[in-house]
Parts: sequence; C-alpha cells; structure tokens
Amino acid sequence: MSKQPILEIKNLHAGVENKQILKGFSLTINAGEVHALMGLNGSGKSTLAAILAGRDGYEVTEGTVNYLGKDLLELDPEERAREGVFLAFQYPVEIPGVNSTYFLKAALNEIRKHHGLQELDAIEFLALVKDKIKLLDLNEDLLKRSVNEGFSGGEKKRAEIFQMAVLEPKLAILDETDSGLDIDALKIVSSGVNKLRRPDSCQLVITHYQRLLNHIIPDVVHVMADGRIVKSGGKELAFELEANGYDGILKNL
Amino acid sequence: MSTATETIEELVKTEYKYGFVTDVETESTPPGLSEETIRHISAKKNEPAWLTDWRIKAYQYWLKMPEPTWQFVKYPKIDFQAISYFSQPKPNANAPKSLDEVDPKLLETYEKLGIPLRERSRLAGVAVDAIFDSVSVGTTYREDLAKKGIIFCSFSEAVHEHPELVKKYLGSVVPYTDNYYAALNSAVFTDGSFCYIPKGVRCPMELSTYFRINAAKSGQFERTLIVADESASVSYLEGCTAPMRDENQLHAAVVELVALDCAEIKYSTVQNWYPGDENGVGGIYNFVTKRGLCKGKNSRITWTQVETGSAITWKYPSCILLGDGSKGEFYSVAVVNNMQQADTGTKMIHIGKNTKSTIVSKGISAGRGQNSYRGLVEIRKSAENARNFSQCDSMLIGAKCGAHTFPYIEVKNTTASVEHEASTSKIGEDQIFYCNSRGLATQDAVNMIVNGFCKEVFKELPMEFAVEAQKLLGVSLEGSVG
Repeated sequence: MSKQPILEIKNLHAGVENKQILKGFSLTINAGEVHALMGLNGSGKSTLAAILAGRDGYEVTEGTVNYLGKDLLELDPEERAREGVFLAFQYPVEIPGVNSTYFLKAALNEIRKHHGLQELDAIEFLALVKDKIKLLDLNEDLLKRSVNEGFSGGEKKRAEIFQMAVLEPKLAILDETDSGLDIDALKIVSSGVNKLRRPDSCQLVITHYQRLLNHIIPDVVHVMADGRIVKSGGKELAFELEANGYDGILKNL
Repeated sequence: MSTATETIEELVKTEYKYGFVTDVETESTPPGLSEETIRHISAKKNEPAWLTDWRIKAYQYWLKMPEPTWQFVKYPKIDFQAISYFSQPKPNANAPKSLDEVDPKLLETYEKLGIPLRERSRLAGVAVDAIFDSVSVGTTYREDLAKKGIIFCSFSEAVHEHPELVKKYLGSVVPYTDNYYAALNSAVFTDGSFCYIPKGVRCPMELSTYFRINAAKSGQFERTLIVADESASVSYLEGCTAPMRDENQLHAAVVELVALDCAEIKYSTVQNWYPGDENGVGGIYNFVTKRGLCKGKNSRITWTQVETGSAITWKYPSCILLGDGSKGEFYSVAVVNNMQQADTGTKMIHIGKNTKSTIVSKGISAGRGQNSYRGLVEIRKSAENARNFSQCDSMLIGAKCGAHTFPYIEVKNTTASVEHEASTSKIGEDQIFYCNSRGLATQDAVNMIVNGFCKEVFKELPMEFAVEAQKLLGVSLEGSVG
C-alpha cells in the first residue's frame, strides 16, 4: 500500500511581530502514522500547533502547508476543524454556562453538515457519547458541567481527548497533552490516544518529555530546535534523547 | 487566516429587521405640549372629567419638576415641545367593529412583525393587544377570555367599560408624583393595555401587548395596568419595535401591576426598539416606569426582561412587597452594542413580614455600549425576616465598551438577610478560538457563550418567547465579533 500523505509542511517560516520562530520547518505525516515532535521550550513546537490550527496573530512569511490536497493556511480555523483538523490544547479555556455535551454536539454537527451528513439529534448524540465514554474510561459527570469550567488540569486534558474521540479528526495535534498530568492520568490519556489510532488518520504528538512516549508508541520521532526539525528517527530516538538529553543530541549534529 | 483580533473591535453591520415604515394615513396632533394638548387628547378619547382632571394635575406637577440627572446615560436635552403627543392611523368613517375590518395595512404590519392578528392565523395560546403609535388597533381572543371573567382590552376601552376598576387602581402603584417621566406619561398617555383577572382564575393563555411606533416625530406614552385578584394568576408579555429613523423618539410608558392575596403576576418583556445606527444616530429613548405592588399576603410578582433595543434604556421594574409572605423577582438580560446605553435594574421594597426577593441581572456590553446595573434593596423596619438574594453579572465583548454596577442596600430590620454577588467577565479571543478550532463559526461561538451566560434568565421566560429571545440576542450581537 502506497502511503497517503495527510499533512505536508514545506520550508515553513513564521513568527510573531517580527520575531521569527519557525525557520524552515518541514514535515510530512502519512495516513495511519503517529509522529512525535520533541524539543526544548522555545523551540517553536507550540507555535507550529497554533499555526496549524489557525490561531490569529502569527505571520507566515515563507513555505506551504498542504493538508489533504488543500492549502491549509487559506482556511479559517473553523473550516480546518470541519475538514478534520483537531488541536488538543495545552491549556483548554473554560466557557462558563455552556454545557459540555451541548458544545460537543454543536461541534460534531458542524462537521457533519460540512460533509453533507445529517445532523445528529440529542438521542443519537447521547448514544455516541456513551460509547466513547466507555472507550476512554471517563467520568460521565464531566459532560454535565460547563465546558472545562472548574475542571482540574487532568480533567481538562481528558476532556480534550474525549472531544477528539467524538469528532474523529483526520489530523490530531496534541499540544503537550502530557504536561501537568500525574502518571495515572497520563496512562488514561495515552491509552485513549492509542485507541483512537486509525489507518485513515494521523496524529502529531507534541511533547517536552520522553515519558509520554512510553505509553504512546510513535512511528517517527522528530527533534526540533530553533524553529526546525534537526533530527528524525524511529522511537529509539526518544530513548537516545532520554539518555543523553537535548544537549547530547544537538552537540552531535 | 482568521482575523479575530481586528474584528473583535468591528461592529454591527446587520440591518435592524423591523425598521420598515407602514405607509398609512395618520392623524397626528401638531408637535407641542400644553394644557390644551392634554385636553385635546382627553377629548379625542371622550374621557370622563375625573380622568381629564387627573391628567391636568399630573401636567401641572410635571411642569414644576426638574429633569433627573443622576442616571449614567448621556443624551442631548429633549425638546418636549417638538414631540407630537398623539398619532393614530386615520380611522374609517365607521370605526372597525372586528379585527377583520381593521385597515389591511395595519394587519400586514403586525404579520410582518410575526404577530398575526387575523382570526385564522392568530398565535395559538397567546392573546394580543396591538398598540400602533397612540392607539390600540385590536385585541385578540377577547371573547374567549371574557367567558372566564377575564378583562383584556385597550386602556381606552377600559376607561369607558370598567371605570370603577381603572379609577381604583390607576396611579395606585406609580402615582404621577413618582418621577419626571411618570408625571409626563400621566398627563399625556394615549392608550395601553388593561387586564383584570378575577378571583381564583388562572388565565388560560399568555396575554401580550405588542407596541409599535410608526409615525415620525411622535412619542409613545402608553399605560399598562394589570390587576390580579385574590388567588388569580396571569403571565403577560410585551414586545416592541419601531422603524429606523435618524431622529430620537421618546417612549415613556408606565406599567402598574397589582397582586392581591395569593395572586401571581409574571410580566415578561422582550424589548427590541430601534437601537440607532452604529454611530449612535437615531433610536428610541426608552424611559419607562414599571412597578408591581404585592398588596396581598403570599402574592408574587416576577419581572423578566430581555432588553436588546433602544438607543437608551432607562428603567427599573420594581416590586413593593407589602403583603406578608409576598415575593418579588427580577430577571434581566440587558444588551448594549454600538453606541447603545442602558441604566437598568430594579427596586425591591420589603415592607411585609417574611417577604422574599430575588434579583438576577445579566448585562452584556459590546461595541462602545455602556451598561449599568442600578438596584435598590430596601428592608423597612416592619419587614421581619426579609430575605434578598442579588446576583449581577456583566460580560464584556471587545475593549471599548463598559459595564457598571450601582447596588444600593438599605436595611432597617436586623432580622433581614441580604446577599449580593457580582461578577464581570470578558469573552476572550481564547474562548472564541477554542470554539473555532472545534468547527464553530465565530458568530455561533459568541451566541453560544452569551446564551450560556444568560441561561438563568431565559429559563424564566415563557417557552415560546425564550426561543425568540435567544434569536434576538443573536441578532443584536451580530457583527460584534468578526
């Protein structure tokens, strides 16, 4: 089977207010693959995630981002989401007064509408939600509360993964989903992520620490420094990183 | 790329949906206010002498009053001589006897507003009194209601057909001496709705008045009087719209509610007067006095308001809790966008023992709008074991608007318990981006966030109108965020 690329980033240069952050970033992710993107703080990992999701305030000065044959950078953030791009936020915001279930149903129906599918009614949606909750071993109470309001750090991350399970993206970007998680939460989140692997979709797991990769086994590991990928390899690269630290790897380049 | 940062500052571009003008021949008095004007209005309406006298007394009192200046809204001085105080569609030679004989243009107007009056297409379960400029053009379901002994008619009709009730209750809650605009209204009011629910009757349908200002250079001064006799209950809704005009028009109404022993009145307002354009040109000055008297023991009055229109909204629907064990409630959503200003809130006056009041106020400011909550909780000496709970939340959209809170609390009885909670939040770009990244368009995201914010108030509205109010809120804030 020939590999079907979902995301192709070529020579991306981008920044904020005259500060260049991405300096020639290139990356291709194919269907069915999980890529890990590792790097020190400030290497540009989260900037990349923000640009892919369409957050305002970043200026792309050079390069292209092709997503399933489309110029991703031309799309509004909501269009990207409807086309199957999903960002699991590092710091999900609280939206008081907006019920989590209602929110997620509205989101799913926007995506379905976009693909010409019938919108789900409340009953159909609840059935779907019940399935996914079981899959991820979540507490149903979260769904009765307002979006992320009063959630602990771990609950927020789990809720993000839950949204991902319901929305079934083609490209899931997990932005430091492991930060702030204790080991139990980390296990739950990563087992969720593993269960959500599908042959027709891909995941980009952004992380600072190697420990997440004990639970999520990536096909490719990339090390990022100063705005671009400096080294790529198999999962053993993560262990090398664990053993020698970023310094060790950067020195040997 | 989306440009949330730039557009968060960008303001309404949606046309006001109800801004059309009905081309109907009208009969208006020339602008100007004098004793003569008032006698003219009173004569037009063929009023009894006691009412004419009452108007004149109100007028003379008004002349001596200074215009209030304590409000947190700004507007150029109103020229009361430039307003026409009476305007009505030219009547046919024979006044219409039934609604189906009313000028088709007027019926069309209400149809366009979503309030069909014709027999065939009436709203099910809602009786409507339609007020067009200074007069009532018709009231639906009157006969059905009469069978239960419920009186629902225009104020003018009530003056002739039920003078004893009008005489007894008119000005009993809001005397003409109450304030500047109440005095003015008492002098020049032209029509309005009257409603009486007899002892022990639960009104089987929603009652509603729909106010429409159409004529230019005119003001609308109507009075609503609702009396619920012992153990009676009624739910009442008012709606309002006006054409888009460059001039400001004054709407100074008075609403009086009286609840006797164990009676309940629920009064809901969906106010959508023309708000003016994005530069603040035109729009209605909505200066209204609304007050309910919980006269009997265990009576209850609930005010629910959704204020989205008007250039300036200035009103405090209040409750006087006189009867022991009576309850007053105020649920409010006030939205200002563009150059709109609102100074609104409530007064809860606890006089009886074991009286309770609840205040939930949600203010939303967008554009360059200024929104103030002003409220008084007064516990008089006689009010043993009075309870009050107030919650005032403000939400800001964009960086050029303002939210202000002026709570007044006066407690003269040590057994009272008064609680006040307040919060201010901002719809952040982060929240909007989060919604965007889940596939929701920005406007839908704002609506969702705002509706979540207003949920506690919307659930107090009658079912049909809660949906309407949510939509209205969406329209009012359209364009407030890109």
